[in-house]
Order: sequence, then C-alpha cells, then structure tokens
Amino acid sequence: MIEAVFKGGKKYWTLVGVLLAVVTVGFLAYLRQIDLGLSVTGLSRDVSWGLYIANFTFFVGVAASAVMLVIPYYLHNEKAFRKIIILGEFLAVAAVVVCITFVVVDLGQPSRVFNLFLFPSPTSILFWDTVVLSVYLLLNIIIGWVTLDADSKELPPPAWIRPVIILSIPWAISIHTVTAFIYAGLAARPFWMTALLAPRFLASAFASGPALLILLALLMKKWGGFDPGSGSIDKVAKIVAYGIIATVFFLLLEIFTVFYSQEPEAMAHFQYLFFGLDGHYGLVPWMWTAITLATAAIVLLLLPSTRKNTAILAPACAAVIVSVWIDKGLGLIVPGFIPNPSGEVFEYVPTINEALIVLGVWAMGGLILTLLYKVVVGVRQEW
Amino acid sequence: MFDKGKVLGGIAVFICLGTFPLWYIAYQGKAAYPPDPVIYPGSGQCVESAEYMRKYHMQMLEKWRDQAVRQDDRFYTATDNKTYDISLTGTCLKCHPNKAEFCDRCHNYNAVAPNCYSCHNIPPQPTEASGGTK
Amino acid sequence: MNLDRRTFLKLASLGLLAIAAKPAIDLLTRPEIVRALGIESTLPGRLAMAVDLKACTAEAGCHDCILACHSVHNVPDIGTAKEEVKWIREATYGQAFSGQETQYAALKDARVLLLCNHCDNPPCVRVCPTQATWRRVDGIVMMDYHRCIGCRYCMAACPYGSRSFNWRDPVPYINDINLNYPTRTKGVVEKCNFCEERLALGQPPACVEACKKGALTFGELKPGTDIQRVLSKGYSLTRKSQLGTRPQVYYIV
Repeated sequence: MIEAVFKGGKKYWTLVGVLLAVVTVGFLAYLRQIDLGLSVTGLSRDVSWGLYIANFTFFVGVAASAVMLVIPYYLHNEKAFRKIIILGEFLAVAAVVVCITFVVVDLGQPSRVFNLFLFPSPTSILFWDTVVLSVYLLLNIIIGWVTLDADSKELPPPAWIRPVIILSIPWAISIHTVTAFIYAGLAARPFWMTALLAPRFLASAFASGPALLILLALLMKKWGGFDPGSGSIDKVAKIVAYGIIATVFFLLLEIFTVFYSQEPEAMAHFQYLFFGLDGHYGLVPWMWTAITLATAAIVLLLLPSTRKNTAILAPACAAVIVSVWIDKGLGLIVPGFIPNPSGEVFEYVPTINEALIVLGVWAMGGLILTLLYKVVVGVRQEW
Repeated sequence: MFDKGKVLGGIAVFICLGTFPLWYIAYQGKAAYPPDPVIYPGSGQCVESAEYMRKYHMQMLEKWRDQAVRQDDRFYTATDNKTYDISLTGTCLKCHPNKAEFCDRCHNYNAVAPNCYSCHNIPPQPTEASGGTK
Repeated sequence: MNLDRRTFLKLASLGLLAIAAKPAIDLLTRPEIVRALGIESTLPGRLAMAVDLKACTAEAGCHDCILACHSVHNVPDIGTAKEEVKWIREATYGQAFSGQETQYAALKDARVLLLCNHCDNPPCVRVCPTQATWRRVDGIVMMDYHRCIGCRYCMAACPYGSRSFNWRDPVPYINDINLNYPTRTKGVVEKCNFCEERLALGQPPACVEACKKGALTFGELKPGTDIQRVLSKGYSLTRKSQLGTRPQVYYIV
C-alpha cells in the first residue's frame, strides 16, 4: 500500500513540494526559537501560553471528532460512511501528531521531554493527556491501516479489529475530556474553571472536525479521484450543524452564568474577550468574528437547500472551522490569562516567528495527511 | 534481495570503518591522541580514587544533584568516611579550578557537552600553564 | 488439571493484571501524591513568613529585601515587563488582594511585598508533569531546575503570579554573579525558594536579614517561635485564601 506514496501526478508532487517548503520554513523558525529561547514568541510573564497551546487544543478536537463517523458506521451500521470513514481515521492520526508537536514546540526545554515518562506524575493532567493522546494515535494508526489493508485485498477486516474500534470511541471522548481537565481544574484561572469546558470542547470538536473532513473529502473528490459515497457528505454536514449549534449554546450558558452572577473575577475575563478591558481590545474583533461566522454557518447548514449545495456547504464548513479555532483556541487560552491574578491587563500579540512555527506544524500535519490519503486513493483505485 | 553483494559489502565496509578506533587501540595498546587533563597543583586527594572518578564521576554528580536538590541532603560520605559538601562549584571546582584544562579536555576529546555549566558558576580561571601534573 | 487454551489465557492475563496492580497502588499511595491531593492538612511546624505591612511601608522607596534576594540568587534584570523574572516584587494592596480592595480602605495604596506563598496545598505541585516542583516536609515549595521541561503548567496554576519563566538565557542579564549560587538556564521556570540554601547553613532568608525595619518575620509555625507570636498578636491576611491553597505568607494589617 505504502508504495502509492511514491507514485503520483504533477498535482500530487506540487502539493508535497509546497508543504515540504512550508515545513522547512517552520523548522528554521523553530531552530531560531531553540537558539534564542521562547523570547522570540509574544508570550510573556502574564500570558504564558498562547498560539501553540491554542492550536494544540483545537487539534485535539479534530482528532477526537473521528468518533462522529465511527459511532454511526460501526455501532449503528450507517452504510453511507463506508468509504469516507478512512478519511476520518487518518485525519485523526495527522491531528494527533500535530497536537503533540504543538506541545513540544511550546516547551522551554524540549530535550527533556522524556522526563514526562521518566518521572510519571499521576496528579498532573498533562501527564494523563500525553498517555491518552499517545494511545489514541496508536489506535487510529492500527485501525486505519488494518481496515485499509483488508479493503485493498477485497476482504472484510479481521474480526479482532472490531473491539479495537469500539475501544477507540470512549478513547476519543477521553482525549478531549482530559484536555479540558488541563484547564478546568485550575482555581487560579476562573475563566477556565468550569465543568462545562469538557462538553464545550467536545461539541466544538464535533463541529470543527467533521467540517474539516467535509472540505478534505470535497478536495479529494475534485482532485484525487476519491468517491466519498453517495449521501455521506450531507450526513456529515448535519453532524457539523448540530455540533456548531451545541457549541454556541454552551458558550451562551457560560455567558449567562458569568454575567448574571456578576462575580467580578470570572466576569473580567469575559469582558476582556467580548468588550475589552481597561482600554485593551486585542481579542474583541476575533471573538465577534467567531460569533458572526458561527451564526452564519448555523443558518446555512440547517437549511437543506444551502447545505446540499456544495458551493455554499464548503464556505459554511470553512466558517465553522475558523469560528471554532478562535473560540477554543485564541479565545480560550489567552483570556484565561487576561486580566492576570492581580487584575492587570497585559496583552498578547503573537510574533512572526511564532506564526511561522505554527504554519510549519500545520504543513507537517498536511503532509502526513496528504501521504496517508494518497495511500487511500491508491488502494481504492485498485478496486 | 537485489544487489546482495553490494549491500552486504557496504555494511561490512561500514562496520570496519566505524570500529576502526577500537581495532587501532587493540593493535597499538594505546589511543592515538589521549586527552591530557591537568591536575591543578596542590589539590590533594579527590573525594574518591582517581580511577573511580574517571569512570563514574558523571553518575556520582547525578546522584549528588538529586541528593542535594531533592532530598535536602548536602553531604557526601566518601569510601574513606570523610564527608564533603555536595557542590559542583564549591567542592569540585575548588580543587579543580582550571575547568578549561581539566573538565573540558576530556569532554572535548569524548565529544560530550554536559550542560552543568549553563547554570553552575565557573570560578575565574587560573592562567594557562598552571604547572599542574598530568 | 485440564485447561483449554482459552481458560489458560484468561487465567494468565488475570495473573498479569494482579502483578501490574502492585506498582500502580504503590505509585498512587506515594507520600507526595497523597500530599498533592490535599488529603493532609497544614504541616505541623512548617516554615512561614509574616509581613508587617505598616513596618514594611514605613520608608518610601525602600527595596532592600528585593535587592538582597535578587543579588543572592542571581535573578536577572531582563528589563522588560514581558520577560521579567522576579522572586520578590512589590505591588499595590489592590493588586495583591484583588477582590478585597474595600475591606481595608486605608491600605488601598499601600505597597505590598509579594513572593511565593509556599502553599500548603500548592496547585503548581499538583500540575507539574515531571515532579520538578514539590513541597518539602518543612513546607518549602522547591524547584528542581534540572528536571523542569518548561511547559509552564505551574505558571497557569499559580494564583499569585509567583512564578517566572526564563524566556531567554538569563546569564547576560545578571549584573554581578554570586558564585555561591547557580544561575538558571533558558526555558525553565523559577521562583522564590524561601532561601532553602541559606537555611541549610543556619542563616535566615536574605530578605529577612536585609530588612532594617524588622517587617519580615520568618520561622516555623509552632508554639514559642517569633512568627507564631507575631501572628497571634493581631489580624493578618493571606492572599486568595478562598482558593484552598493555604498560603503561608501572612500579611499583618
């Protein structure tokens, strides 16, 4: 199967070349960060997590969202997902690699990363997150590869893979729940300390992941000769619609509790995020963009006429992705630190160097995805 | 297997070249360029024997590190029952103040770059040709 | 005994599970984990500090304690708010006790000395994924700069802003290096250590020694000590005590 990666047309090699170039640029930017320290980022004493951890959180969601195809297909025998499900599993693989990379580039001493395993610390949620993410990566590689291999031989997948697939369902929920626990257990940060964080993360994951999957499936259909199967895209689009509705609903719940209770410490963070605080408005345009995009996407995805029209579905999915990336990325990590525990506002602006590293990691994920999807297309075309 | 001869031949050549230093030492009985760390004059007896220190100082320093920082136990009892302060700058570099002529020579020879000195202070280096014994 | 392969595999895996359970239980009952879960209450005879706000603010512009601490511990002066490293710092009363501003209106503009609270139930210790920070039996929340991977989870967890990160190599920013204390390297978190290296030599913390006004009292919380006496005389505050961290720097009002 793997040999498909080395054979391809002009479009394929151009894509691989472009992605490799971006990865290289990102890697050079990372070398600069290694050399000069994290001072090359916009992070500070007060806002000590930023773009990297925001992206980490977002991509854990993308990884977990594969479960939204696995549950209907394997538990409810939803035949429409038969062809597209492999795209979801391999998207999860690429997404987990991306989020692990985002954690590593955020470390001040990346050469000591194995201390995580040398000195396992069960009280640390970060420790559990590395555990569940590594296992989830392994599960999806095994599931994706074994089912694809069976497909290529025109055989049904081996029986032993079914329990592995069933295990991957709660495991997917666990990666995002544990990721939410990283933040939700910190009394120091009232913005994050809400039991609703895990459900919020899952809801927005089930919107953004499938939305990304739709875009990828449409691209693969157009350029890769991939047949997603009839009706599958529309079914995934419905999942996206309800996912983004739940996301917005949960956000409104948070807003009600915080603003109605008038608890000052919790409210200050939301004020900064939505309206600005003490003359600082860094995230206000971002957050209102997210809300506008989410609202538009809800309308477009709920109406069957627009949802079934590819020319509208694609931008609606893009709107969901951008909206969720802001909502659970920048708009979640940064306001957790603003205002700081002393009530002062120090804003965060990412640097170019930081943005280049982020682009590099995205491109790395894109490259992994391209190679994996190339294998998929290669196998399917031999049918 | 394609090109069996070339592949196996290549591996054999690689092994020969890679292990050449071992053959050389086995044949000559000594290394071509042994490192020559300088013992600072008048430093006296080290915490353990020179032979032990040469082989195990890195493990010992790691143990010292954890013992002093993590167990709050700042004293080392040597084999001869003398006790020493656990301190890289205060104990080791007191007798070996010539880090450049002592530590660095072997470390450079072995191409290792311990990161102790990114935090632990190096006292002012005595001038070269300190007249130490090899 | 007649075992078929299935039964044998079942029994064998049960046995393996039992063997695996032992280290798991050992791990979860380790003292530092029991402590980190907050099961224990405040340590008897633990170290604490009392800051007399009135005496501390008596002389305007006095920074003796901060200067002493930062020069003893080779704390760099990076020179920007973004990357500054502070073991002790100064804030207004409103910043130090945000949310409690109105309780002591007379203190509103008072300067308050801030340092690591060496919490009895430290959230930074709970979240550290490598045990690079832990609470000693005498209550000091220690850092192992050799172990820290620089994930900054502790900075997110600390409700007091007591932790600083080395965003760059700090050594060029140290004016006069104290050879008797190590510096730090880029990419690790650092903070006040209650001068554990001086306590080991029988000396008081550098800030306590440097204070000419006697505003800082340090010692074990047990009957008969100076700090116990000072604290029992009047009213004192701790920062954000509602969070359950049991901070051990007391502010006498």
